[in-house]
Amino acid sequence: MSNTNIVADTDESFAKSAGKQLLIFALAAIVLVGSLMWGLQVLASMVGSSTEAAKAVDTEAQSITIAIREEPPQLNSALATDASSGFILGHVMEGLLRMSMDDQLEPAIAHSWEVTETHATFWLRDNAKWSDGEPITAQDFIFSWRTALLPENASEYAFLLYPIKNARAINEGSMSPDELGLSAPDDLTLVVELERPVAFFDKMVTFQTYLPIREDFYNATEGRFGADSWELLYSGPFMITSWVHGSSLLLERNPYYWDNERIHLNRINIGYITSDAGATLNFFKDDKIAYTTLLAENLTNALEQRWHIQREQDGTVFFIEFNHREGRVTENLNLRKAMQLVMDMEELVYKVTKLPGYIPGESLFPGWLQGVNDKFRKEYPAPQLRLNREKALEHLELAKQELGVDEIPEIVLLSGDNPISNIQSEWVQAVLKTELGIDLKIDKQIFKQRLAKMTAGDFDLVLAGWGPDYDDPLTFGDLFASWNLNNRGRYASDEMDVLIARAQESVDPRERMEAFAAIQQLAFDDVVLLPMYERGVTFVVHDQLKDVKRRVIGPEIDFTNAYVVDEDS
Amino acid sequence: MGRYAVKRLIQGVITVWFIATATFFAMHAVPGDPLSGDKALTEKIRANLEAKYGLDQPLMTQYAIYLGNIAQGDFGISFTQENREVNDIIREHFPVSATLGILAIVFAGLGGVLWGALTAIYRNRLPDTIIMFLVILGISVPSFVIAALGQLSLVNINEWTGVSILPVGGWGTVWHMIVPSMVLGLGTMAYLTRLMRSSMLEIINSDFVRTAKSKGVPPTQIFTRHQLRNAILPVITVLGPSIATITTGGFVVEIIFAIPGLGRYFVQAVQQLDYTVIMGTTVFYGAFLVFMVILVDLIYGLIDPRVRLE
Repeated sequence: MSNTNIVADTDESFAKSAGKQLLIFALAAIVLVGSLMWGLQVLASMVGSSTEAAKAVDTEAQSITIAIREEPPQLNSALATDASSGFILGHVMEGLLRMSMDDQLEPAIAHSWEVTETHATFWLRDNAKWSDGEPITAQDFIFSWRTALLPENASEYAFLLYPIKNARAINEGSMSPDELGLSAPDDLTLVVELERPVAFFDKMVTFQTYLPIREDFYNATEGRFGADSWELLYSGPFMITSWVHGSSLLLERNPYYWDNERIHLNRINIGYITSDAGATLNFFKDDKIAYTTLLAENLTNALEQRWHIQREQDGTVFFIEFNHREGRVTENLNLRKAMQLVMDMEELVYKVTKLPGYIPGESLFPGWLQGVNDKFRKEYPAPQLRLNREKALEHLELAKQELGVDEIPEIVLLSGDNPISNIQSEWVQAVLKTELGIDLKIDKQIFKQRLAKMTAGDFDLVLAGWGPDYDDPLTFGDLFASWNLNNRGRYASDEMDVLIARAQESVDPRERMEAFAAIQQLAFDDVVLLPMYERGVTFVVHDQLKDVKRRVIGPEIDFTNAYVVDEDS
Repeated sequence: MGRYAVKRLIQGVITVWFIATATFFAMHAVPGDPLSGDKALTEKIRANLEAKYGLDQPLMTQYAIYLGNIAQGDFGISFTQENREVNDIIREHFPVSATLGILAIVFAGLGGVLWGALTAIYRNRLPDTIIMFLVILGISVPSFVIAALGQLSLVNINEWTGVSILPVGGWGTVWHMIVPSMVLGLGTMAYLTRLMRSSMLEIINSDFVRTAKSKGVPPTQIFTRHQLRNAILPVITVLGPSIATITTGGFVVEIIFAIPGLGRYFVQAVQQLDYTVIMGTTVFYGAFLVFMVILVDLIYGLIDPRVRLE
């Protein structure tokens, strides 16, 4: 008995001594890690990627800190296509005209302009300067637009310049760039010869592809134009003064900007680059950034914070697109009608996805589009759908007869792989099964693969969306033209093509809007697509930051007019 | 030894070539391509783009050109980051990932050994039970959950104390590194703790320890010289491969903490089918891993006289 006691006792003392030893080792380890970190910091500062620890807003300095989703991939305005680059360009560049806080055209580098059926003329102001103090001239626009059209530059948005005479032919390599319909009678006058009448050409020049680029600077960068902060010349209110790739960008006031009185902010510090919505929410909570959008994942969390959450539509329309190719069951109009009659998009938006800002889709044309005097959808309301299961079943029977089948074979729905698409496709699956007894297979694909399948026509139904390229209903209206490559379901009808041609060629606002209204009706009657919803966007802005503007076209968020107020005001 | 090293290096080069080849063809076999985007391209513009990037050549020609370029250390220009060379991307972002990775591995190694030893000493008692419970958690909870939780706790701590003790994200100073590297190393640390514990328990009950005890060797000496030193060997064995796993596996942590590391370029490139970046990062990481394994093997030869490198 006493023997075991002794053993236990020595074990105990051994453990104690070993524990002490471990403690010493642990302390040594902490010292080691500490010095290692110090060493690494020295190394890291040599590589030079450091995040500035700034506050979300600073009233005194009129500076704000924000996060962006990804590193801007392309700041050459002639080539840029993505949202992140568009955001930066929208702050550091300015073109001939711009959109005001209430979405009206206003003069920018051009102080006045005129658009006729054959020509557009812009008169530039004489005090507009580049960030190196040189004046901005009509030549800078001619050079930029020509650069975007050169076939070897392969600009994806070159098509936006096609209203200019000979632009398309030059872009396709069948004509010399000298033939482009642009001229500058003097340094401050730009005359654009139009290929065909374009009623909204003045709105098009607000787009990033129409921004100016100065030739001598462009050539001096030797193919690296826009690759770094010093390889870009700025025409807008801000300039990039520091750019640590993948980590941060600093935008500071451009002293040569002509309209500096309008600008209140001195600095926009893009302190973080991350695509994680949870992370940006945490940064916002921690008072590190002044603005963040909220996604479905973090919305509940944000709601609990009792912030002033704002909601808007981001301008994009989402719809179920049918495959109209020959041999597909969805080519059958009665089948499409049957599906149209049972899908309650209000249920989808309000009871299934339940996301703020989303509104049920009624039309190919979203509600924000401008008509003749008022919103297009107010002047020409979308056809109203009455859900009717009996009628749907009748159409289904007809469809079966026409297709010569007893049962509709399994239909494939191509869909994205994000949580919202998942919920939506499962809803479509459930509705079609319970209402019509149709089996639906969901084909979930990541972005690139989904695009490949859409282009190849490897689907029956696809969840698709369309965002505007310019501020005119035509950006949606020509989507289902037989010649439009974005018409991935290959819908083709002469009636549609005639209507689209009319809307393209006319300069009379009423005639054009009538054509769009007819397109809207035809898309409904012929069940070209099933509009699902207009996408909403939810975001929070720091209490002290005012006049932040979200836009449907161009940079999605605009801080150029923003300012910071005191905490208590 | 020298001959062995040369032989291993040649094998390594062949392995890297194999990785490059397999990745190249697998990548091109995936539907879609780097040029496709939301808006359809006209045939003319697509043809121009393909010509610009050399995608209009037959696949085998592309492969030959590609191997030639790799041999000269040129990985080309990224498709998505259109003005940046893949070499620049690796050069600017790998040091960040490496820093994070090294810290994480140091943290995991030291922590694993200390906790493992502690649990072995106090086996089946309260500290052991608590730590082993945490270890199971650490092994089973994926890193994105730990990273998100880590960040959220930081926010809450900052909110609660009213001062910003540690930054919630970003990169540049020591303070930015602490939490992300702990988060990144946690899983490995848990694994090493378990490894260390079982190896330690085996040693504690071994004959030579009992002999030393009965000889009256002082406990401190028994613990450090006999137990710890012998028990640590298996931990070092797994440390080598873990370095590569941790350094390459930090992309979730990098995205959540907004750290400009290479990991997220690696992952984004695959999603966007950015051919040149996929190839560049895969070949680079592949070469890195192969080199680490060779290095560990060589070090074995130096440390352990029983291992002969022939």
